[in-house]
Amino acid sequence: MTKLTRPKSTRRTILKGAGAAIATGVAGFPFISRAQNNPIKIGMVTIASGRVAMLGSSSANGANFEFEKFNAAGGLGGRPIELIVRDSKGKPEESARLARELVNSDGCIGILDADSSAAAFAIQEVARDLGMLTIHMGETSSLTADPKIRTPSAFRSARQSIHDSVAAGAYAGKLAKEKGLNKWMGCSPDYAYGRDSNALFFELLKHFHKDAEVIGESWPKLFQADYTEQLTKILQAKPQAIYTCHWGGDLTAFIDQSNIYNLFAQMQVFAINVADYAIVTAVKNLPKGIHSGSRYLATFPKTDANAKWSADYRARFKEYPLNWSWENATAAKFITEAIKKTNSADPKQLIQAITGMTIESPFGVNGTITMRAEDNTIVDYATGWGQTISADPFVPDVASVDWKLINELEIDWKKRNKYL
Amino acid sequence: MDLAALASCLTATSCLVTQTTSGFIIGMLLFLVAAGVSLIFGVLKVVNFAHGSFYMLGAYFAYTAYVLTGNYFVAVVAGGVGVGIFGYLFERVLVSRVYGSAVLMQLLVCYGVILILDDVVKIVWGAEFKSFGMPDMFQQLPILFAGGVVPVFYLFLIIVTLIIAGLLGLLITKTRYGKIVRAAAVNPSMVSALGINTGLVYGSVFVLGGLLAGLAGGLAAPVRSLTAGMGLSVVVESFIVTVIGGMGSVAGALAGSLLIGLVRSFGSIGFPLFTEGLMFLLMAVVLVVKPSGLFGREA
Repeated sequence: MTKLTRPKSTRRTILKGAGAAIATGVAGFPFISRAQNNPIKIGMVTIASGRVAMLGSSSANGANFEFEKFNAAGGLGGRPIELIVRDSKGKPEESARLARELVNSDGCIGILDADSSAAAFAIQEVARDLGMLTIHMGETSSLTADPKIRTPSAFRSARQSIHDSVAAGAYAGKLAKEKGLNKWMGCSPDYAYGRDSNALFFELLKHFHKDAEVIGESWPKLFQADYTEQLTKILQAKPQAIYTCHWGGDLTAFIDQSNIYNLFAQMQVFAINVADYAIVTAVKNLPKGIHSGSRYLATFPKTDANAKWSADYRARFKEYPLNWSWENATAAKFITEAIKKTNSADPKQLIQAITGMTIESPFGVNGTITMRAEDNTIVDYATGWGQTISADPFVPDVASVDWKLINELEIDWKKRNKYL
Repeated sequence: MDLAALASCLTATSCLVTQTTSGFIIGMLLFLVAAGVSLIFGVLKVVNFAHGSFYMLGAYFAYTAYVLTGNYFVAVVAGGVGVGIFGYLFERVLVSRVYGSAVLMQLLVCYGVILILDDVVKIVWGAEFKSFGMPDMFQQLPILFAGGVVPVFYLFLIIVTLIIAGLLGLLITKTRYGKIVRAAAVNPSMVSALGINTGLVYGSVFVLGGLLAGLAGGLAAPVRSLTAGMGLSVVVESFIVTVIGGMGSVAGALAGSLLIGLVRSFGSIGFPLFTEGLMFLLMAVVLVVKPSGLFGREA
């Protein structure tokens, strides 16, 4: 006969019970709130190694700067945004693979493409294939201007070569008229962005100054270490002015090597990418008087909001914000604003919300930036040109360009290229 | 293709002076790296694909020394000596284990080291590029000679590199050490049988190669952007030079480097969109006409 006994509460059973209760507490009942706290994943494909590793770090910082504010304010009902960064090492085929993997395997609801302009075209095809929310930071104009390449789920939160070139053409054309600068040369890196920017600059320069003539061009490789052969070629041709869209380390090397040939004293130099802290703080002997387009400066646009954003960014990351920082911060803000507006992390709803959206922004000419609905690209961001000095603020007076003029000439350009 | 511009340049003294100087400066810095690649291959039969990283380390060591001392010459020496020591460690710890292995194994080791060094540079010096800045003594207007433009800094680099080339030539051809190195390249077993520590000889060749690459990095630092991965382009050109000049030949490395420099310099005027191609074309021609290279010994 089995003796029925009342189970004893031993220390062991109490411990077991407590353990089970804790386990249930952790894994069981709060299941719903745990699901609510699952992060909203956003993927970033960028170059985080090699010569342009700075692209990766400043892009991730720019995006995270906005996402951190969103998370601190409670996220989406407690769900924070998590940025997952992947290094493409500058290989477009790798960029496309990573973008696909971030969405299909890592569960990202969207992609920030902070990669090269060459990679942007590869990622665009993935965006078209998967219908994924994508925001590009590539500057090559045809990416969103050409209807054959454009896709509704992909946006661009970056300067665009055509916008920059209108600003450049207007500024350089006015100066060329005043100073009689008729003989020009181009010296830009030989890849998609370099070719695009160079062609657009001279097209727009001639629009504003009919007598401008391009007497020669030079196409060094991207990441070329030595520009001696290009510089001596320029010196032989004796142009009155040159245009270059070198950037990053290539630009600092170009400036250093130009300095020893005293190039800046012999001709006017229009270098669109100088006015960025990556350059002006790195070049030890920054020549006075280089003409540059605005990339990112705390003093342009000259507003309290921009100065504060710059100071806060520096305090947070212990480094200067760069052109890529504001572009990625803007992309991130479009996403957070879309999440707030739709109260959802559903990519389809976010795509709809971002299309045509206007956000408040310290980088806008009037304090706002709009994602233009017709071609999914940002407009009304501050853009202008000025001349360098050797010390902070580096480009003290930046002349803004009216967006009415940019829009007008952009339409002409689109018509010429049969995009409209 | 702009043959008219090239013809006009070849008949104008000013253009000839400017472009020849330009060719020399491209070539001489390349020589310092290529000479190390050539020596290491000639003696050890190791394709040191990591030699570009030696050049990068030299530039960074020099940068740090320049920040600390403000003296460009100390910086250049620090670049050379630092990479020389690193070269010895690299040979003893890693390369000595793959002697006689398939080329693929050597390439894998070198490629691994390239990736590791790029990351080390990012960790130690940061991901952003560094600019060395032109030392005060060279912040001068370029010299005008026969209408041509010759920057003072480049003139200095050409002279220093020529001196180094001369000393290297003397070291290899006129000294006991040079004889041992050359003997080790031909018959290492015999050298060892004569009681010479071949391990030390091999290590010293890496020290020499590292020293030259480090000096090149330090010398060029004021006109280069210092970034992780900066050695890649220079190592590719160094191998082209080595193929043109002949594996293991210092004189060949010098001739090959100068040829590449002049082809690039004048090519940029006559063939602005085919300058890179011209280098490879030159290499192909040499491979067809004299497969062992201009100064290489027939196998």
